[in-house]
Amino acid sequence: MADVPKLRADLGIAAPDDLYEALIKAHEGLSQEQSNLLNARLIFLLANHVGDDAVLHEAIAAAREGIA
Amino acid sequence: MGSYEYKTYDFVTPEEQRTGAPARHPVVIVGAGPVGLTAAVDLAYRGVRSVVLDDENQVSEGSRAICWAKRTLEIWDRLGCAEPMEAKGITWKLGKVFDGDRHLYTFDLLPEPHHKHPAFINLQQYYAEEYLIDRVNALDAVELRWSNRVTAVEPDADKVTLTIETPDGPYRTECDYLIACDGARSTVRKLMDLEFVGRYFEDRFLIADVKMKANFPTERWFWYHPPFHEGPSALLHRQADDVFRIDLQLGPEVDPDEEATPEKVVPRLKKMLGEDVEFELEWVSVYRFQARRLAKFRHGRVLFAGDSAHQVSPFGARGGNSGIPDAENLAWKLALVLGGKAPDDLLDSYDAERVYAADDNLRITSRTTDFMSAKGAVPVAFRDAALGLATKWPFARALVNAGRLSTATVHWDSPLNTPDGDDWAGGVVAGQVCEDAPVNGDDWLLDHLGRDFAFLYFFGAEAPVPDGLSGLARLEIPVQPLVVVPQGEGATAGGLTALADSEGCAFARYDARPGSCYLVRPDQTVAGRWRRFDEAAVRAALARASCRDAVAPAAPQEQAAEA
Ligand SMILES: Cc1cc2nc3c(=O)[nH]c(=O)nc-3n(C[C@H](O)[C@H](O)[C@H](O)COP(=O)(O)OP(=O)(O)OC[C@H]3O[C@@H](n4cnc5c(N)ncnc54)[C@H](O)[C@@H]3O)c2cc1C
Repeated sequence: MADVPKLRADLGIAAPDDLYEALIKAHEGLSQEQSNLLNARLIFLLANHVGDDAVLHEAIAAAREGIA
Repeated sequence: MGSYEYKTYDFVTPEEQRTGAPARHPVVIVGAGPVGLTAAVDLAYRGVRSVVLDDENQVSEGSRAICWAKRTLEIWDRLGCAEPMEAKGITWKLGKVFDGDRHLYTFDLLPEPHHKHPAFINLQQYYAEEYLIDRVNALDAVELRWSNRVTAVEPDADKVTLTIETPDGPYRTECDYLIACDGARSTVRKLMDLEFVGRYFEDRFLIADVKMKANFPTERWFWYHPPFHEGPSALLHRQADDVFRIDLQLGPEVDPDEEATPEKVVPRLKKMLGEDVEFELEWVSVYRFQARRLAKFRHGRVLFAGDSAHQVSPFGARGGNSGIPDAENLAWKLALVLGGKAPDDLLDSYDAERVYAADDNLRITSRTTDFMSAKGAVPVAFRDAALGLATKWPFARALVNAGRLSTATVHWDSPLNTPDGDDWAGGVVAGQVCEDAPVNGDDWLLDHLGRDFAFLYFFGAEAPVPDGLSGLARLEIPVQPLVVVPQGEGATAGGLTALADSEGCAFARYDARPGSCYLVRPDQTVAGRWRRFDEAAVRAALARASCRDAVAPAAPQEQAAEA
């Protein structure tokens, strides 16, 4: 039985451009190493907030899809 | 070296070598490490004679294993050797994790009271082996042969033949079953040309045992980014005799021989302990850790247990602490098979259960070691992100992996399990080791389990002891009935052993209601459970747990013989 996807594909954020800008801004002035650290922290904070293992694993697979 | 005086054990020419009369043993065990010795004692406990062969004539060099887990202690207690271990060892249950100077969190491995054994003791492996040897030497059913090196193994359909080298030259012997407990570099494994598949971790670790008078508490202290060492991690843990275990992660690039010299080691330790702390080096070794296992632990009449079957990285203390349950898992099965009470197929369940356990331990310890030795920009970023968040954000402490300490594996999918048919909200599931609980005031539940199969019946006024209960003891495979009675209620156990649930822990830990009942294997593992007694269901579960088609009442003469 194929699992029903739980990861939402419709828009869930209120102000996409604001989010995009905030993400880019958060990295300003950081070295590559510091940026990696920030991204990793952000992922952990968001992942814990989401809390749903199925959603998180789908998201990891979706993020990786088509890259390599 | 150091505070421990290594005893040596004399080679005595085995009778069969001296006379040249061929011998056939039910069980031969290769290796007198913790696992082989435990297997021998457990077999003797179940009435099976064995011969243990070891190529050395003393206990393990250096302390190696130090942390012995609650489950290991429970097994050793059943076998009558936990007392000296717990008297000599250091009891602990708290671990602290630091990032640099910051204390990130403390974990408690046994936060609730009312357990007979502690979460852990720390005791040098040489002591553990010495006490096991003392136990073995008190038993007639075990013959321990020092300076006996196995050099050839010929497995057949009906026996295994060994060639053994001794100071008096070689001899040959035969056995029904061979247990290979000859460690990570297993000779038996090599002689049988079996692949030991897995990986190694690139980083090298300095492992030092240091004797000093110091006031560090008996807690496990683990540092990431230790302020006193340039490597990624460090560990400090107290053992018996004022000896401390220190692990310093060195990275992949170092020269292991040079790193083990006092010229390199002493300055590193001084940086950690302070210039004016006096200490004595007891034992130093530089390791690179592995994660490997055999594809199968059973090869006909040859069974692998302990490090010969699986090798893990030591962070989590899951090496010896999974080998000891291997021995326990195998002993009762071999006893039933050799006694003609169960088919040889029962030994396949040893393979199924302990391969599963090994995979569990391999996965858990490899995750720790990978976290510790993160390499490359992104893995390092994830590790440092978890560490960085952990002080302020409680959830992130769970992501910081500084070792997940050994607990008993739950054999969820064991072929011996009878799955739940009733509603349960917790308790102990099939495939899981029984929880201990105080009973009768000063006694413990586990002390009543483990000889044969047992049946725990939770009594209540509305669920009186059923008629069929006492008949369980007279089955072909006897099941000892035990009645758990709520504290304060009169025990109407009908002549059966009654256990008063002094603290209410037994009912709570087994999610029991009046009438609930559990079938428990000889290794104190649950085989099945029910909300009310049904003799047919219990007998079916017993048959399943012993790989038989059915278990009938014993023939009268057999009962008489056992009485
Ligand atoms: C640094 C370090 C720290 C560790 N810490 C812990 C810990 O805290 N807790 C824990 O549970 N585990 C720990 N371990 C793992 C633990 O030491 C092993 O899992 C344990 O020793 C395995 O026991 P064993 O009986 O299977 O094998 P071993 O202890 O290796 O014994 C094998 C025996 O077989 C004998 N032998 C070998 N070949 C032959 C032959 N051909 N003929 C006859 N005899 C032979 C050897 O002489 C030896 O006596 C640690 C290991 C290391 C290296």
